[in-house]
Amino acid sequence: MTAAAPPRASISVRNARDPVLVCAAIVIGWQLLHELAGDVAITAPLPTLSHLLHMVGQARFLPHLGETAMAFGQALAISWIGGVVIGLLLGGHKLTGEVAEPVLVTLYSLPKVTLYPVILLLFGLGMQAKVAFGAFHGIIPVALFTLNAVRNVPAAQLRAGRAMRLSGVQQARHILLPAALPEVFAGLRLGFSLTLLGTMLGELFASQRGLGFLLMKAIDLHDVETILAIAVLISAFAVSANMALLAVDRRLRRGAAPAGHGA
Amino acid sequence: MRTAAAFATPVTPASAAAPAPHARLEGVTRVYPARSGGDEVHALGPISFDLRQGEFFSVVGPSGCGKSTLLDVLSGLAKPTEGTVTFEGAPVDGKVPDGVGVVFQEDASFPWLSVEDNVAFGLRRAGTDAAETRRRVEFAIGFMGLRDFRRAYPSQLSGGMRQRVCIARTLVMQPRLILLDEPFGALDQQTRLLMGDELLRLWRETGATVMLITHALDEANLLSDRIGVMSARPGRFIEVVETGWDRERDSSLAERSEFGAVTSRLWSLLRGESLRAMGQGQAAEKRA
Repeated sequence: MTAAAPPRASISVRNARDPVLVCAAIVIGWQLLHELAGDVAITAPLPTLSHLLHMVGQARFLPHLGETAMAFGQALAISWIGGVVIGLLLGGHKLTGEVAEPVLVTLYSLPKVTLYPVILLLFGLGMQAKVAFGAFHGIIPVALFTLNAVRNVPAAQLRAGRAMRLSGVQQARHILLPAALPEVFAGLRLGFSLTLLGTMLGELFASQRGLGFLLMKAIDLHDVETILAIAVLISAFAVSANMALLAVDRRLRRGAAPAGHGA
Repeated sequence: MRTAAAFATPVTPASAAAPAPHARLEGVTRVYPARSGGDEVHALGPISFDLRQGEFFSVVGPSGCGKSTLLDVLSGLAKPTEGTVTFEGAPVDGKVPDGVGVVFQEDASFPWLSVEDNVAFGLRRAGTDAAETRRRVEFAIGFMGLRDFRRAYPSQLSGGMRQRVCIARTLVMQPRLILLDEPFGALDQQTRLLMGDELLRLWRETGATVMLITHALDEANLLSDRIGVMSARPGRFIEVVETGWDRERDSSLAERSEFGAVTSRLWSLLRGESLRAMGQGQAAEKRA
């Protein structure tokens, strides 16, 4: 009846078709840009990809990749855990949340890159500064989403819990948590992208290792092929991670109204 | 045949001489503390009244008269500022007692759970064993006509069906007193009438005492044994109207001439109060 979902097969076909179409469009657009701009600005897709494969195969490339992965992993952990904890603390108390939200929004709107020199002075050149800068980008949106997720749990659901004689712990575990989870997760997804952005920015300036460092070096040498190869590598990682997170997100929202993807 | 035997609660025969009240309010008031720039709001009372064992009692009154506050206080969701509330002889003190079920006006179904899991929610939290939970959920789902939707999520259901889920979720706890706060307020008129019949059937078959808050006079009239008519804020009962309907009644009652007489009576009691309530609202708007 109303509960019937569209046939499963059509979903999987569509799921497979769309990314393939998007990839094809990107490759065609890339090729066209290459025809227009030439090797000086944009190398062609095929040589770039083969250069990427060659690069990844080299032993001296791996430490750079490891360095970036390490920095991003730590920054992401700080953004996610820190953001959720801050959001829960602020969202749990009405007045605190109301005061904190505009402060966080303002902080978030700062052009963070201008503060990077301060972060470098605080943390020194190296891993710590990158982690701090990545976390600095991601933690505020995660906190904001969590704060609002907690505040937006419908009062009627909490009242229903009290009417069913739930204890405080049961309320938190069985109503607050599942009710807030989809929006918290939306924050984690956004936090992921922004932490990646922050970490990469951090690596572009004043670093001695990592993909960002390789990128800067390639710019100095005008090695367009390497620049594009690294861009492709990072984009592929970001896109596939985002798709995985989106899949979880959809699963969490299966109960929510289909139109409620906002925020 | 569907039977409510499994759900039966001891029902005192209506003929028994002065049965003990099922719930009692004595001198209950509720005052909301002053908020910045405003005065404190005396929302309710003082109210004293008895809810009889097994009756269907409705509360009508002008908007903002404290009907919902009355329900909150009676259910234990809110503490009275003064006075006492007792349920089955024991005091209710800011906690919902065992045996009381509440259905709200807003959709309070849990969107992350299927219909089945929504209905089982309270039993699982209370630690009821799996077989018993299954049996009771099965009954409540069947009773509320949700069999075809058991695996659906609330977002896939209409407002009326979602409210059925909430009623089933309360029913499954086998409440002896069911409090409903304008549960059909968001539904269209036809759905309301049908839901009213469902509610009557539920009331008859479970033997529970029901208190329904509503702003629809004909709905109160149709469903109730007694109707408490409340004044404008602070809400008090101006009068309690006895309808005298048979226990076996349904929405066809609306065709009878006595029905119109009761509705007229309710309106004549409420007309002045509703005007006063409107005046209060406008005064509050001017102040704001």
